[in-house]
Amino acid sequence: MKHQYDVIIVGAGLAGLRAAVEIGKDARAAVLTKVFATRSHSGAAQGGIGAALGNEEEDHWEWHMFDTVKGSDYLGDQDAIEILARDAPRAIYELENLGVPFNRTSEGKIAQRAFGGHTRKYGEAPVKRACYAATRTGRVILDTLWEQSLQREIEFFDEFQMLSLIVHKDQCCGVVAYELATGQLHTFHCKAVLLATGGAGKIYKTTSNAFASTGDGMAIAYRAGAPLEDMEFVQFHPTGIYKLGILISEAARGEGGILLNNDGERFMERYAPVIKDLAPRDMISRCMLEEMRAGRGIDGKDYFHLDLTHLGKDVIENKLAEITSFARTYAGVEPVKEPIPVQPTCHYMMGGIATDYEGRVIVDEKNTPFTGLYAAGECACVSVHGANRLGCNALLDTLVFGRRAGMQIKDFVQSVAQPGLPAKPEKDDAEMIRRLMKSKGKETSGAIRAELQECMMNNVSVFRQKRDLTAALDKIGQLKTRYQSLSIQDKGNCFNRDLLDAVELGHLLDLAEVITRGALYREESRGAHFREDFPERDDEKFLVHTMTRHDEAKGPQIFTRPVAVTKFEPKERKY
Amino acid sequence: MKSVFSVYRYDPKVDQKPRYQEYEVDTEPTDKILDCLNKIRWEQDPTLAYRYSCAHGICGSDALMINGRIELACQKLVRDFKTGNNFVIEPLPLFDVVKDLIVDLEPFFEKHRRVQPYLIGGKNESDKEFMQSAENQEFVEPALRCILCASCTAACPINRARPNYLGPAALLRAFRYIFDSRDSITEERLKKMDNPDGVWGCKTMWWCTDVCPKEIPITRCLGQIKRAVKQKEEGS
Repeated sequence: MKHQYDVIIVGAGLAGLRAAVEIGKDARAAVLTKVFATRSHSGAAQGGIGAALGNEEEDHWEWHMFDTVKGSDYLGDQDAIEILARDAPRAIYELENLGVPFNRTSEGKIAQRAFGGHTRKYGEAPVKRACYAATRTGRVILDTLWEQSLQREIEFFDEFQMLSLIVHKDQCCGVVAYELATGQLHTFHCKAVLLATGGAGKIYKTTSNAFASTGDGMAIAYRAGAPLEDMEFVQFHPTGIYKLGILISEAARGEGGILLNNDGERFMERYAPVIKDLAPRDMISRCMLEEMRAGRGIDGKDYFHLDLTHLGKDVIENKLAEITSFARTYAGVEPVKEPIPVQPTCHYMMGGIATDYEGRVIVDEKNTPFTGLYAAGECACVSVHGANRLGCNALLDTLVFGRRAGMQIKDFVQSVAQPGLPAKPEKDDAEMIRRLMKSKGKETSGAIRAELQECMMNNVSVFRQKRDLTAALDKIGQLKTRYQSLSIQDKGNCFNRDLLDAVELGHLLDLAEVITRGALYREESRGAHFREDFPERDDEKFLVHTMTRHDEAKGPQIFTRPVAVTKFEPKERKY
Repeated sequence: MKSVFSVYRYDPKVDQKPRYQEYEVDTEPTDKILDCLNKIRWEQDPTLAYRYSCAHGICGSDALMINGRIELACQKLVRDFKTGNNFVIEPLPLFDVVKDLIVDLEPFFEKHRRVQPYLIGGKNESDKEFMQSAENQEFVEPALRCILCASCTAACPINRARPNYLGPAALLRAFRYIFDSRDSITEERLKKMDNPDGVWGCKTMWWCTDVCPKEIPITRCLGQIKRAVKQKEEGS
C-alpha cells in the first residue's frame, strides 16, 4: 500500500510526539510506531525532568549547563547544551500548561527534587532541579502528549515496523514499513522523515530497556548512509534490580537513599566526598564494580544494597511509589524494612544518529545535512550528553530537541515540493522477507541474540580493554555470518514476531559492531567509556566525537568531528 | 521445576474455532509469566502471538487471563499462583481476538477518545506554571497510575451487556480531567457523564478495582464523578 504525507515521524515516544504536537495541523503528518503509542519506552522514565525553575531553592540555567557539560566529561557540545539548559524552564511550563500533572509544592508550584550530578554553584552541593510526578514522570508526559496528538488529529499507524528509509538522489523521501497485523508492506512517501525510535539497550543481557528498544532507527539510518556518533558511550545505571535489570530510579537516592556494600559501608562517601550517592551514573557504576573486585559485593556476589529504610513509609510509598511496587513484586523485598538488591544495568545510549541542534541529520564533520532526514531523542546524538548523561536530562532532550526538529521540519516541508520516488522502493524489503521466510537455515534469532547479549555484557560494558574488545568484534563477526543462515519458523502474516525478531536482531548486530569498534578506537577513558588499558582522559587526542559511517565492503569507517567548547574549558572531573 | 501451560490458540483467518495447546516449560518460582511465554516462543513454538514490551508493568501491553483472572503477564510470577504449576493462559475477554492472545483494542481506545482526554485549560495569567494545589494534584493522582492496559474494561460485566457504555478506563480518564482544577470545561464534562452510557452505566460492581494491576481505586473515582454530577443537578 502507498501513502503520501508531508512528514513521517517514526516512533511515538516523547521526542516523536513532541514533534508531532509542534507540527500539529500545519503539515500532513503521520506517526508510525511498532508498539501502540502509549506503550513507548519513554513511559518507563521514572524520576524526573531537569529544569532550573528554582521553585524549591535558588537555581540558574548556567549551573544546569555546567553540570551537564561536566557530567558529559566535556564531550557534549556546549552550544547544544546551552540550548538545552536555557530552554528547559520554558519546556516545563509548556508541558505543564498542556496538562502534565507534576507534583506540587505547598504553594502550588511544580515540586522539584535532587538528582545525580545536578548541583548548585558549579558543584558545591546537590540542588533540587528535577520536576516529577511521583516515579511516573515519563508515563504522565507520554500520556499527555499522546492525548494532545489526538486532539490535533495526528494520524497514527500503530504496530507498524519500519524496515528501511527510502533515499533517492541523496534525499530521504520516505519509509518502508511492515504492518504487524497483516504482514503487508507499506510505502510512506513524504518530504521529511523524523526518526524518534529510542534506544538499543537490548544489545546487552542486563538492561532496564523494553523489548522494543532494539535501535531500529539508528541501524536503519546507518545503513542508509547517516553516520552514527559516539556510540561507544553506553550508560549503565547503577541501580537495576539484581538479576532483572529493572530500574530503581535515581530519585530513590535523590530522596535520600544510600548505597551500601557488604561491610554496611556507604562506599560512595569515599569516591565522591561532596555529592556521595548523587554522583553521576558512570562514576557510581564504576565504583560498584571496583567494590565488587575488592570483594565487598553483598555476600561476595555482584550486587549491592540500596537502603531506603530511613526515609520513612510516607516518602517510600508516595514519592517513590512505582519503584516500591517493583521492589515488592520482582525482588520480593519490602523497601520500608529492608534494602533493595541492585547492580548496574544497561540504560541509555549517549550516542546515536549524528544531528545538529535543529534535529537535522548530518553526514560529515562540516555538519552537511542529509536532506529530508531528521532525528531526535535517544536515537539521535546532538550531542548534549557527551560521554555520560545526567539523570533527568533525557526527557528534557526529547522535549527540547523534539520540538526544534518539529519546527525545522515545518519550515522545510513548506519550502519544498514532494520529492520524486524511486521505482519499487519496497523491493529490497520484500526480497529480504521472502528470503527469511524461505530460508532452510538452522539458526534462530533467539540463540544468536542471547550470545550477542552475553558477549556484549562480558566484553563491552563498564570496564573495557583491547583484548576483550577484539574478542567481542570476532564474536560479532561470527554471529553476523550465522545470521545469514537464519530461518523463520512462523510462516504466517499476522503478528509474526519470529520475523520481527529477525529484523530487530539484524539491527542489534550492526549497532553492537559500531559500539565495539568505537570503544576500540577510543584509547582513553572518558565518562561511561572506561579503558583499563588507557585509564586517563586524553583531551589532546580524543576531545572529539567518534563518527562511524557504514561501508558494505570495508566495514564501519571511523572519522571524527570536533567538540563545541564555548563557556567551560575541560577540567579534571571530581565530585 | 516443570510447569504446564495451556495456551489459547486461535487465528480467525485460518482456524474454525479456538483450541488450547499444552506446553511444558522449565520454570523458576521467580519467573514472570511473560518469561514463560517467551520461553515457549523462543524454545518451542515461535508462532505463538502475544503483546509485550517493557516487561515491568508500565507499558500496559500484556494484560491477559491467567488461570481465569485478568493480570499483567509481566507483573505476575510463577510463585504467585497456587495451582500446582499448571497455568491456563487466555486473551482478555470482551474484545475480538486478532490472533492467539492478541485482541483488537480499537473499541477500547475509541471510548478513550470520546471523553476528550486532554486539558482544556482556562487562562493562565502567568508566563510560568498554572498553579494547582498539592491537594488537587493528589486527588487526581490515582488516575495518573493508569497504563491503559484495558484490564478493568475487559473485566466489567456492564461492558458486555451495554457495548456503548464508556467503561471504567475511559471514565477514569474523564475523572482525571473533571477534577483537575486547571481544566475550564468541568460543567460540560459532567454533563457528558450524566447518562446510562456515561457514569450511570457503572453499577458499582468493583470488578474494575479488583483486577487493576496498578491498584487504582477505580470504583471510588467513578463514585466521585457520580457525586459531582448529582451536586451539579442539585445546584442548578
